[in-house]
Amino acid sequence: MGSVERQSMDVDIVCAGFGPATGGFMTTLSRALLKPDGQPALESRVMPGMPLQVVCYERADDIGFGVSGVVTRARALRASFPDVDLMQIPMAHPVRHEQVLYLMDPVGASRRPAALRALDAIVRLGRALHQSDHEAVVLPHIPEFISKEDGLLLSIGQFNQWVGNQLQSTGLVQIWPGMPVKEPLFENNRVAGVRLVDQGVDKHGHPEANYMPGMDIRAGLTVVGDGPVGPVGRKLDEHLGMPLGHHQRDWAVGMKAVIELPEGCPLEPGTVLHTLGFPEPEIFGFLYVYPGGLASAGIFVPSWFDSPVRTSYRYLQHWMQHPRLWSYLKGGTLRSWGAKSIQEAGRRGEPWLVGDGFARIGEGSGSTNVLTNSGVDEAWFTGVLLAEAVIELSREGLPYTRDHLERTYVARRRASWLQKEIEIAEKARDGFQRGVLTGLFGMGLTGLTGGRLNLSTASKRPAERIPSLETYCHQLFGPAELAKLRADAAQGQRPLHDALMDRCGWPPIVPDGKLLISHQDALLLGGKVQAPAGYADHVEFLYPNLCEQCDAKVCIEVCSGQAITPGGTGGVPAFDREKCVHCGACIWNCSSSRPEDPERGNIEFRAGAGGLHSSEN
Amino acid sequence: MADPFHIVVCGSLVPDPLQTLEPVAGAQGPGLKNETMLPAVLDPWAGHALFEAANLAKQVAGSQVWLVTLGPKAKLQQLMMTIAQKVPFQLVVLDGTASGFADAHEVATALATAIQGIPGLDRNRLLLFGGCASASRDSGVTLQLVGEQLGIRDQFLGVDELGIEPDGALHILERVEGGQYQVSRCVAPPAVLAWATGSLPEPHNNPQVGMMNMRTIMPQLQKAKPVTVGCAGIQYDTVKLPSQRRDTRVVRDVPAADIAREIVDWLKA
Repeated sequence: MGSVERQSMDVDIVCAGFGPATGGFMTTLSRALLKPDGQPALESRVMPGMPLQVVCYERADDIGFGVSGVVTRARALRASFPDVDLMQIPMAHPVRHEQVLYLMDPVGASRRPAALRALDAIVRLGRALHQSDHEAVVLPHIPEFISKEDGLLLSIGQFNQWVGNQLQSTGLVQIWPGMPVKEPLFENNRVAGVRLVDQGVDKHGHPEANYMPGMDIRAGLTVVGDGPVGPVGRKLDEHLGMPLGHHQRDWAVGMKAVIELPEGCPLEPGTVLHTLGFPEPEIFGFLYVYPGGLASAGIFVPSWFDSPVRTSYRYLQHWMQHPRLWSYLKGGTLRSWGAKSIQEAGRRGEPWLVGDGFARIGEGSGSTNVLTNSGVDEAWFTGVLLAEAVIELSREGLPYTRDHLERTYVARRRASWLQKEIEIAEKARDGFQRGVLTGLFGMGLTGLTGGRLNLSTASKRPAERIPSLETYCHQLFGPAELAKLRADAAQGQRPLHDALMDRCGWPPIVPDGKLLISHQDALLLGGKVQAPAGYADHVEFLYPNLCEQCDAKVCIEVCSGQAITPGGTGGVPAFDREKCVHCGACIWNCSSSRPEDPERGNIEFRAGAGGLHSSEN
Repeated sequence: MADPFHIVVCGSLVPDPLQTLEPVAGAQGPGLKNETMLPAVLDPWAGHALFEAANLAKQVAGSQVWLVTLGPKAKLQQLMMTIAQKVPFQLVVLDGTASGFADAHEVATALATAIQGIPGLDRNRLLLFGGCASASRDSGVTLQLVGEQLGIRDQFLGVDELGIEPDGALHILERVEGGQYQVSRCVAPPAVLAWATGSLPEPHNNPQVGMMNMRTIMPQLQKAKPVTVGCAGIQYDTVKLPSQRRDTRVVRDVPAADIAREIVDWLKA
C-alpha cells in the first residue's frame, strides 16, 4: 500500500479554506478573468489559452458549515456588491436597534471582583427606586467605535453559501468542499502549493485498504485563508516564525446557538444586544435577531479568563437563563449550534503576510479589529486587496514572488482603511491582561482617543494564564474536597467542570428539551457532527508525559463538542473525532507548553475532515 | 468481454437529513421550513446507484455514465461541488423543483424526455439506474415510471448486486424479505435497476475527477432547461415527519448485549 503513487496537479492559484476572505478574493478575481468578448484577460500559465486556473479546497463537508453569525458594518461587502441587494442573502437583515446590556449576577456564583459587586449593589438599590429590568441595565450610550447601527446582520453560513453559488455560477473558479488541505509544500523556502490530506488511512494515519495519498496541488500562488486554526497557516508560522514583536496569544472561543424565538417574543428583526457582566465578568455575549423569528445568541470565553473551568457550553446555558435574556428566550427552540476559535491578537497576531509563492488573507492574517470587535468585513477586504494585487501582477506577467506581493498586496493593505483601523485597535485589549475592569477601561481609552492613549501591558502566553485548580478553588473549599471531586470525575471519565461549578454555587441546568438540552444533544440537534471514515485523527497529544503531569486538563473542560475526554489510566486524554466541531479551542487551552516552543501547547491540531453540518450559523 | 454500457442514473438532491426538518404548507404545496436555506445532499439511494454505475463503467471499458437530475439549479450547482469529486460522470440538468411532493408521473415524463435527448445514447446499451426508494418524500415509483416511458420492460427494483457474465448478461441480486435475494439473469440491456444500498463504500474525494467533471458540468448547469413539475390538482390532507424520540446518553464500558437489551426495551415501551 505504501507504493501507491502520490498524484500531482498543476493550477495557477490554489486557495486553502473557503471563508469570507477567500470569498472576497475569488469574487474580485473572477470578475477580471475574462474580457468582454469571452477571451482570457488573465492567462493561465498551466493551461495556455485559458484564464487563470483558480481552485479552492475547503475542509468542511460543504461551504458555510460550522461557522458563525455576525453583525458587521459591511463596508467592503457593499463595495464588492454595489448593485446587489444584500437582503437577498437568507437571514440577512439591517441593524435596526442596538443595545449594550450590563448583566448582574442573579445566582451569586459569578466570580466578580469587589468593584463589580459594589456596582451590582448600587444598581440593585437603584432598581428598588426605578424598577430596572430583570437584573440588567441598558447602557445609556454605545460608543461609536462599538456601534454597528448602520450595519448588517448575517448568517455566515448562509452568506458563504450565497457567495459560493455566485462564484460557481461563473464557471471560472472552483470550490471543493470536503477536501482538507494538510500542509503547504515548501521548496527551497518557496511555497509551491499545498498537499491534501491522505484518504483511506486509520486514525493514526496508517494506510488501509483504498489508501489514496493526498494529492499535491502545485500552484504559482498559494492563498492561505484557512483561518486562525487552519493547518496551512499554522504550518507557515511554524516554518517562518512570527515577525518581531508579533504573537498569537489572545484568543476566545465563541459558542452560539441559532434559536427559534418563542411566540410572542417582542424582539424585532435587526435587534442587536451586546452583553457583559454575566455569567462571569470576563465572558461577553451577543444576541442578534434575524427575520423569521430566529436569533443568534452566544458567548465568548477569552484566553484571559484566568480560570481552568472554561466550559463554554455550561456557561452558555447560564447566560441564556439570565432573567433579562430568558424573558426573550424562554420557550425557544434550538435550531443550530456551533463554536469557533477567534484570533483576538488582531494586528499583533499578523504573521508574515507574503513570501515567495504565498499570501495570507483573513482572520489568520491578523485582520480582525479587536477594538470594534469586527472581523468578517475586514477579512473579506483582505481578499479583495489580494485579488487586486494578483490582477496587477498577472497583467504585468510577473510571478508571485515575495517582492512582487509586497509591492502589490502588502502595499495596498498598508495604505487601506483596514490598516489604519487595526493599528488604532492594536493595544485596545491590553488592559484585559490585568483584569476585566482594567480591560474595559483600556478599550474605552483607546476607542475614545482614536488609539492615541492606551493601557498597554505585556501579554502572557495562553498556558501562563491558566491557574491550577487548587488556586481556583482555594477560597471556596480545600484540597481534600478538590481531590475527591477530581477522583470522582476521573472514575466516571467525566470533565470536572460540572462538579466544580456545582460546588461553586451555580444552579443545575434543568433541561426543557428544546433549548436547555444536554451537550451531546446540542451536537445532535444543532447541526450534527460528521467524521467520515478513512481519515486520520486530527488532534494529537504530542508529549504524553506532559499530559500525565497536567492537573488542570483544560483541553477537556473547554472542548466544545466533548470530543476530548479523560482517557484511561496514564492521564493522556482521549479524542473522539466523531464529536469534534473543529473549533480549535484545544490549541490554545493547553496548560503545558511544548519543550521546543513555549508559544505552543502540547496539542497538535492537524487538518481533519468532517465536523459540523450546520448552515444556519 | 461485455460491450460498453450506457448507464443513465436518475437522482436528485434532498435536504441534508442531518438538519432539523419541519414540514410546512406553502403556496406551492407542502414543503419544509426554510427549505431554500437547508444544505442539500445527493439522495442517498441515488448516490448508491451513481457509485455502482461508476464502478461498472470502470470494469467495462468504453462505458459512459450520465447523471440526469431534476432540481433547483442553484442547489444542484452547490451539490455538484461535492458529488463531482467522487466519480466521473456527465450531467444532464433539469431546472425545477426537487420536492418529493411533485407528481411522480410528471417527474418521470420530464426525466424520460431528457434521457431520450441525450446525444449518442444507445438505447440497446442502456442501463437505467436510480434508487429503489428516495429520501425526497416521493412515492417511490418514479424510476419505474421512467423505465415504462422509455419502453424498458426488464425492471429490477431492489438491487443489491450486479455482475456481468462473460457473455454480457446481467446477473442481478434483488433484495427480498427475510434477508434473502432473488437472483435474476437478464440477457442484455436495456434494463432498469433500482438500487437498494449496493455494497460499495462512498468513493474518496478525488480532485482530478472533480476538475475533469466540472469542465462538462458547469456548461450543463448554465444551459439547464426549466421544467415545470408540480402537484397541481393534488390535495394533501396532512403532511408530517415521522415522529422522533430522543434520549441521548453517553456510556462507556457497557457490554453490547446490555445496550441492545436496553434499546429493545425502549422500543417496546
